Amino acid sequence: MAKGKIRSKLRSSLYTFSCTSTPNKAAEAEELQGSVYSRLVYCNEPHQLSYNSNSTSTTKYNIVTFIPIALFEQFNRVANVYFLIAAILSVTPYGPYDPFSAIAPLAFVVGLSMVKELIEDWQRFLQDWKVNMRPAQVYTGHGIFESRPWKKIMVGDIVKVEKDKFFPADLLLLSSNYDDGICYVETMNLDGETNLKVKRALEITMDLDEDNSFREFKATIKCEAPNPSLYTFEGELEYNKKTYSLDPIQILLRDSKLRNTSYVYGVVIFTGHDTKVMQNSTKSPSKRSRVEKQMDQIIYILFSLLVIISIMSSVGFAYLTKFDMPDWWYLHAPDDKNLYNPQKPYLSGLYHLITALILYGYLIPISLYVSIEIVKVLQASFINRDMHMYHEDTDTPALARTSNLNEELGQVDTILSDKTGTLTCNQMDFLKCSIAGISYGQRPSEVELAAVKKMSMDFDAEDHDFSSAVSGFEEEGNAETEGTSNNQDHGRQIKGFSFEDKRLTGACWWKLPKPEIHYIFFRILAVCHTAIPEENEEGDGYDYEAESPDEGAFLVAAKEFGFEFCKRTQGSIFVREADPSSEEPVEREFKILNILDFTSKRKRMSAIVRDEKGEIFLFCKGADAIIFDRLSEDGRTFEKATKKHLSDYGEAGLRTLVFAYKKLEEADYNEWNNEFQNAKNSDSSNKDEMLEDLSDKIEKELNLVGASAVEDKLQQGVPQCIDSLAQAGLKIWVLTGDKMETAINIGFSCSLLREEMQQICISIKDEQEHDAEQDIKSDISKQIMSGTQKMKQEEDPHAAYALIIDGKALNFALDDELKHQFLHLAVSCASVICCRVSPKQKALVVRLVKEGTGKTTLAIGDGANDVGMIQEADIGIGISGVEGMQAVMSSDFAIAQFRYLERLLVVHGHWFYKRIAQMICYFFYKNIAFGLTLFYYEICTAFSGNAVYDDWYMILYNVAATSLPVMTLGVLEQDVSAEVCLEFPALYQQGPKNLFFGWYRIIGWICNGVYTSFIIFFFNILTLYTEAYRVEGQTPDMSIMGATMFTCIVCAVNTQIALSLSHFTRIQHIFIWGSIVVWFLFLIIYGAAVPETSTGSYQIFLETLAPSPLFWITILLVVIACNLPYFMHISFQRSFSPMDHHIIQEIKYYRKDVTDRHMWRREKRKGRHEAKIGFSARVDAKIRHLKGRIQKRGAVMAGQEML
Amino acid sequence: MNSDAPSSSSGAAGSADPATPRRNSKRPKYSKFTQQELPACKPILTPRWVISSFMLVSIIFIPIGLASLFASKDVVEIVDRYDTECVPPGSRNDKVKYIQSSTNNNCTRRLMVKKDMDHPIYVYYQLDNFYQNHRRYVKSRSDPQLKDEKDENEISDCKPEDDINGKPIVPCGLIAWSMFNDTYSFSRTNQSLKINKKGISWKSDREHKFGKKVFPKNFQNSTFIGGAKLNSSIPLSEQEDLIVWMRTAALPTFRKLYGKIEVDLKKGDFIDVLLENNYNTYSFNGKKKLVLSTTSWLGGKNNFIGIAYLTVGGLCFLLAMAFTIIYLVKPRRLGDPSYLSWNMNPGGRLTS
Repeated sequence: MAKGKIRSKLRSSLYTFSCTSTPNKAAEAEELQGSVYSRLVYCNEPHQLSYNSNSTSTTKYNIVTFIPIALFEQFNRVANVYFLIAAILSVTPYGPYDPFSAIAPLAFVVGLSMVKELIEDWQRFLQDWKVNMRPAQVYTGHGIFESRPWKKIMVGDIVKVEKDKFFPADLLLLSSNYDDGICYVETMNLDGETNLKVKRALEITMDLDEDNSFREFKATIKCEAPNPSLYTFEGELEYNKKTYSLDPIQILLRDSKLRNTSYVYGVVIFTGHDTKVMQNSTKSPSKRSRVEKQMDQIIYILFSLLVIISIMSSVGFAYLTKFDMPDWWYLHAPDDKNLYNPQKPYLSGLYHLITALILYGYLIPISLYVSIEIVKVLQASFINRDMHMYHEDTDTPALARTSNLNEELGQVDTILSDKTGTLTCNQMDFLKCSIAGISYGQRPSEVELAAVKKMSMDFDAEDHDFSSAVSGFEEEGNAETEGTSNNQDHGRQIKGFSFEDKRLTGACWWKLPKPEIHYIFFRILAVCHTAIPEENEEGDGYDYEAESPDEGAFLVAAKEFGFEFCKRTQGSIFVREADPSSEEPVEREFKILNILDFTSKRKRMSAIVRDEKGEIFLFCKGADAIIFDRLSEDGRTFEKATKKHLSDYGEAGLRTLVFAYKKLEEADYNEWNNEFQNAKNSDSSNKDEMLEDLSDKIEKELNLVGASAVEDKLQQGVPQCIDSLAQAGLKIWVLTGDKMETAINIGFSCSLLREEMQQICISIKDEQEHDAEQDIKSDISKQIMSGTQKMKQEEDPHAAYALIIDGKALNFALDDELKHQFLHLAVSCASVICCRVSPKQKALVVRLVKEGTGKTTLAIGDGANDVGMIQEADIGIGISGVEGMQAVMSSDFAIAQFRYLERLLVVHGHWFYKRIAQMICYFFYKNIAFGLTLFYYEICTAFSGNAVYDDWYMILYNVAATSLPVMTLGVLEQDVSAEVCLEFPALYQQGPKNLFFGWYRIIGWICNGVYTSFIIFFFNILTLYTEAYRVEGQTPDMSIMGATMFTCIVCAVNTQIALSLSHFTRIQHIFIWGSIVVWFLFLIIYGAAVPETSTGSYQIFLETLAPSPLFWITILLVVIACNLPYFMHISFQRSFSPMDHHIIQEIKYYRKDVTDRHMWRREKRKGRHEAKIGFSARVDAKIRHLKGRIQKRGAVMAGQEML
Repeated sequence: MNSDAPSSSSGAAGSADPATPRRNSKRPKYSKFTQQELPACKPILTPRWVISSFMLVSIIFIPIGLASLFASKDVVEIVDRYDTECVPPGSRNDKVKYIQSSTNNNCTRRLMVKKDMDHPIYVYYQLDNFYQNHRRYVKSRSDPQLKDEKDENEISDCKPEDDINGKPIVPCGLIAWSMFNDTYSFSRTNQSLKINKKGISWKSDREHKFGKKVFPKNFQNSTFIGGAKLNSSIPLSEQEDLIVWMRTAALPTFRKLYGKIEVDLKKGDFIDVLLENNYNTYSFNGKKKLVLSTTSWLGGKNNFIGIAYLTVGGLCFLLAMAFTIIYLVKPRRLGDPSYLSWNMNPGGRLTS
C-alpha cells in the first residue's frame, strides 16, 4: 500500500507537463444550477430509483418471441412463402396431391432452420450469461464489499474494481489507490487505442479510498441521458451540499480495463444497455453472400418458368375443358365444384392455375435453403475444429460466428486490415543497435528471415548457373535460420529482447573501441524514459510499466546490457550498473532535473539528469531526421555510419530511434531552467508554445551516440501470410489509427512496402491545417491527380506504387467529389496504407471499396475501433484470443491470429465456394429434371393436373432420395487437398473470378436438367407405351410408369452427382449409392403396406418391376443416356481445356510431384500470382537487381576481353 | 510432403499425436472427419478411362439392343381397328347416336394370321384418346370399398358415381362406372377358340385389392349408364375384367388385356371375331382396336428400346473412336504442367 502511494505521487508529477489543467471547477459548477440533466443517481442508495439492469443481452429471441419472430424470418424467404401458400392451397380441392405431401416437407424444412436458429441463439445466450455472471465487488454497507455478478449491479452502487479487471458498468471515479485520485485505463475495447489513458477523480472524493470510508457516503449525481458518445459526458455531483461539475475524465466506461492501478472506487451511473459501449453497439447487419444473392436470381428464373408452364398448362386445360371435355362422357362433367366445368372454362382454368402452381413447385428446390444451411453449419464446424487454426498459447480455436458467409470466403478480393493487435502483437523487441558507428545484433528480423527463406527456396528452382551466384547469400540465410531455431528451442526467451550479439551481451563491451560512447548509450536506455519498475512475481527482477512498448523494450535491453533500472523516486532514477572493475553491480542514482516529453509533433524526448559526480547531461532520443538536425559539428562523427545502419534497419522492417546526448554546464542549465520553470508556472495562454520553444533551445548541439532498432513484433507468420495472400491475388489495405511513420514501418516489416516502391503520400501539411476547406480539397485532389499521372507514365512493368494517406486527408478524399478519383488511384496501387483513421473512417473506406469496386471485401481487426469496418465489409473477421471481445462479437468469423487468415481463405474459402456453387447448380439440375417430367406428363393427361408419381415418391424426392448426396458434396468435396491449396494460392482466383457459379455454368446445369427430364420422360413413355410389359402379357399402367420413371430419376441424378465429384470418401459412397438403395427399399416397404396405404404401389416392386427385364434395361438405358452429355463434357474439358485444378489433380494422381520435384517446385513458383507486395515480390525485385548486375559485369568483362 | 511447403499454417500439424502432453480445454479434438482428411479415392478422368467407359457402354449396349430388337421382332401382333367398321354404313354419320340407341351391336371381323403364333396369344383391346389418366377420373375410386365389404360406405372420393338414392354403389366411382364392355369371341374355321379370361390381372390385385366377399351392389342402376354391368353374384376378386380396367393407364392410348387364347395359330389361319360393339368411344373420336399378340421375354412388340440401345451404344462407340483418334493425333500428357493457366498464356497471368 505504502509503495503504491509513493509511486502514485511520482507518477502524477510525471504527467504535470502534459496535463496542465487541474479539474477543480467546483466554483464554476455552482453557477450551472438548474440545468436539464435527465438522470438522477443517488450514490450508495441503489434502490432509490430503478433503471435498466446491468445484464446485457445480445440474443435475437426470447422464449416468447422465438416462435413468431423465427417463423417470420423463415417466411421472409420468397421460396418459403411460396411453399407456405402452396401448402395452404393444397388443403383445398385445388391441390393436385395429398395436403400432407405439401405440408410435411415445408414443416421439415422450416423446422430444421428454426432449430438451427435456436441453437445459434442459445450460444449467444451462453456468451451473454458468461459476461453477466462475471463477479464484481459491490458495496453492501457497513464497510463491506461483496462479490456479486455483473448483472446484479444497480445504478448508484459503489463498486471497487481491481487491477486488470474490466469495469462492469459506466462508473464515476471516486478515488483510487493513488493519492491524487488518478487511475490508468486501457480503452482498447472501445476505441482500439493501446496507450493508457489517465482518469482523475474529483478532489472532493479523492479521500474516499478505503472500504470503510463509504459508511456515511451520500451524494447525488445528475447527468445526461444514456448516449453513445464515448468522449463526452455532462453531469454534476452534489456532495456535502455543494455541486461539482463532472467531466469525461471522471468517467470509467464499461469494457475498458483498469491498468497500473491497484484499485479504484466508483459509483455506477449507467448500467447494461444504457452504458456508452452498449449504446455504441449497432445491431450487426445480416449479410448474405454473393453466391446466395445470385442463387435468388436463379430462383426467380425458376419461378418465372414455373409461372409460364403453369399458365401454359391452364390455358391448355381451359381449352380442352371447353371444347373436348363435353365429349368425355366418362368424366361425368361438370362437377359441382366447377373444377371441370365446360360451361365455365375460364373459372376452371383459373382453379387449375392454382393446381398447376402447386404441382410444378418441384421446380423450386424446397430443400435447397435448408440443405445449404445444414451444409454451412457443418462447414462452419470444420472451421471451428480446424486444428491448424487453433492457437495454442491463448487456447483459442477459430470460430465461425455465422455460417451465412462461408462461400464468400472463397471470393474475397480486398482485405482491409487493422494494424495493432492484428498484424502486430503490440510488443516491441529490441533487436539491433548501432553504437558509435558499429552495428550490433545478429539476429535477423522476421522480415529478413522470411525473405531469406523464400529466396533460398526459389533459387532451388532457378537455373543452376544463376543460383551459384547467390549461393553465398543462401548459405548465410540457412545459417541464420538454423541459428534462430536453435535459439528458440534452447535459449531463454526474454520478452521484449531478441538481441543477440556476444560483443555486447557478454558484459564485456568496455573492451570494444570507444567504450565511453557505449556507456552513454546504455545510460540513455536506462535513464531517458518515464517508466516505473515493478518487482516481478518471482522477485528476481523487475517488470516495467511503460507508456509505450518501445520504452519497455529499451529498459529490458538496458537490463540485459547490465544497466538495470531498479527504482524511481520523486526526483531520481536508480540504476544498477555493471561495473568493469568489480563483479557486483553498483547502484547509481541519477537526479531527474527535467523531462521533456515525447509528443507526436516533437518526435523526441529528453531527460536532463545529474549524475553522482554532479555533472548534468541531457539525454535525448528521437526520430532520425529530428535528431540529425540537432547535432553539433563535433557530434557528427558517426553520422554516416549510423545513417547507413538506419536504412538497413528500416529495410529490415524495424522501428528506429536515434540517441544523442549533451553535457550541460551548471550555469547554462540553471539559466535555462529558470526560464523553463517560469514558463511552466505562468498562466499565459501560449504556455505550451513557450515550453516548446524552451525545449527546442536546449535540445541542440547534441552529440550522436547511436541508434536502436526495435521490432514491432509482428504476429507470428504475418509476413508469410501476407505473401501468400498476395500471391493468391488478394489486395491488402492497412487501416490504422497509428502515426504515419509507425504505419510505414509496419508496412515495411510486412513487406507491404519495400525500398524500390514508389510511395505516394497524401496528407495535409501542418501549415495548411487552417486553410479553407475548399483549398485543402483542391490540394488533395491535385495530389491524387499527380499520383495517377505518375503511374500512367510509368514504363517499368515491375514498378510498384504504394499509397499512404493520412486520416485528415482521407476525410477529404472520401468526400463524394473525390472518392472515385481516390479509389481509382488506390486500386491501382500495390498497397494502400491509411493512417490515423478513425473507426468511422475505417468503415467508410470499406464501404468505398465495397461499393466502388463491386468486389468482395474482407475486414479484419481486433478492437472495438474495428467494429464499424467489420460490420461494413462483406466479411468481417475479428481477432479473438485477446481480451477485448468487441470485434469478435460483431464479426462473422473469429480467428486467433492474422496468419490463420491464409488457411481460412485459401483452403476453407476455396473449398466452400466450390462446394456451395456446385451444390446449388446440382440442386437446380435435379429439381428441373424432376419438375419438368411432371409438366410433360401433364400434357398427356389433358392438362388435368395429375401426377404420374405416387404422392409419397414426391415427398421423398427432395427429402430422402436426393438430398443427402448433394449434402455430402457440399460438406466433403475437395478439388485439391489443403496442402495444394496452400502451395498454389493462385487456385484461389477461381473464386473471385466466379468460375464455378457464373451464368455460363448455371445455364449449363439448367440445360442439363432440361435434357435429363426429356430423356427420362420420353424414353419411359416410349418403352412403356401400350404393349405388354412382360411375358405374361399385362400392359403397363400408371403406377408402373410412375415407379419406373421415378426410379430412373433417382438413379440418374445420383449417378450424375457421382460423376461430378472428384473426392470420394466412404461417406460419399454410402450416401450416393445408399440413396438409390434406400429408394428401392422404400419401394419394397411401401409396397408391402396394406393396399389402402400404398394404393397403386402395392407390391409393385416385388411383383411387377423387379421380375421384369424391361424395367431394368429401361433404367440402364435412361441412366446412361442422361449422363452421356455431361460425361462427354467433362471428358472433353479435361482433354482440351483443362482447368488448373485438373492438371494439379493429375500431377498428384501420378505422383509427379514426388518423381519430378524440380518441375513441381518450378510450377509452385510460377503459379503464384504475380504480386507486387509480400517478400516474394521483394525477392523478385532483388533477383532482378542481381541479374542486372551480373549482366552488367558480364558485359564489362566481355569488353575487357575484347580489349 | 515437400519440406518447403509454406510453413505458416503448419504450426499445429503434429498435434495428431494423441500423447500431446498439454491439455487445453478448447483444443479441437482430432478426427479425420473434422480435419477433412478422410481417406478418399480421387479418380481422374484419364483418356484411358474415357475411352474404356465409352467402349464398355457400347459393348454392353449393342448386344442388349440387338437382343431387344430380336425379341421384339419375334413378337407377332395382329391389330384390327374396328370402331368405324362395326358401325353400319347407314349410321356412320352419327355414330354416337348409333352406339347409344342400338341394342344389337354385333359385328364380325375376320383377321388373318400372317405368321405362326405360339400360345399363349394375348387378346387386348386398345383404346385411343381416352384419358384414363385424367385427374378427375383417376381419383374417382374407393380402394377400401373394393377390398372389404365392411367399407362399402367409403364413397367420398367416388363422386358423382357414389351412391344411388342414398345406397352406396359397389364398386363406386367413375372408373368402374365407365368400364369397357365390348366383348369378343373367336373362332377359327368355324371352330370356336376358347378365350381364357383367368389370370389376366395382376395377382396382387386379385388377392389383396379386390375382396373375395365384396359383391357388386347398385351398380349401373342409375339412369345414365356408363359401361359394363357386373354380375352381382360374382365377387370382385373374380371379376378380372374389372380388375384390369381399374388399373388406370398412364397414357391416353392404352391396351388392356382381354384374355388369352391357349392354342397356337398358324400362318394363313383366318380368325373370325364376333364382337359386340357396345362401348362408346365415338363421342370423343376414340379408336378401338382389337389386338392379338404373342410376347417375348421383353413383353410386347416394341422396337424403341432396341433402337435406343443401339443408338446410345453406337454413339458411345463413335465417341470412343473419336477420343482415341484425338488422343493419338493430339495427345495431352496427363499432369503436363504446360497446360496450367500461368503457362498457357505466359504474358498474362491468371488474373491479368
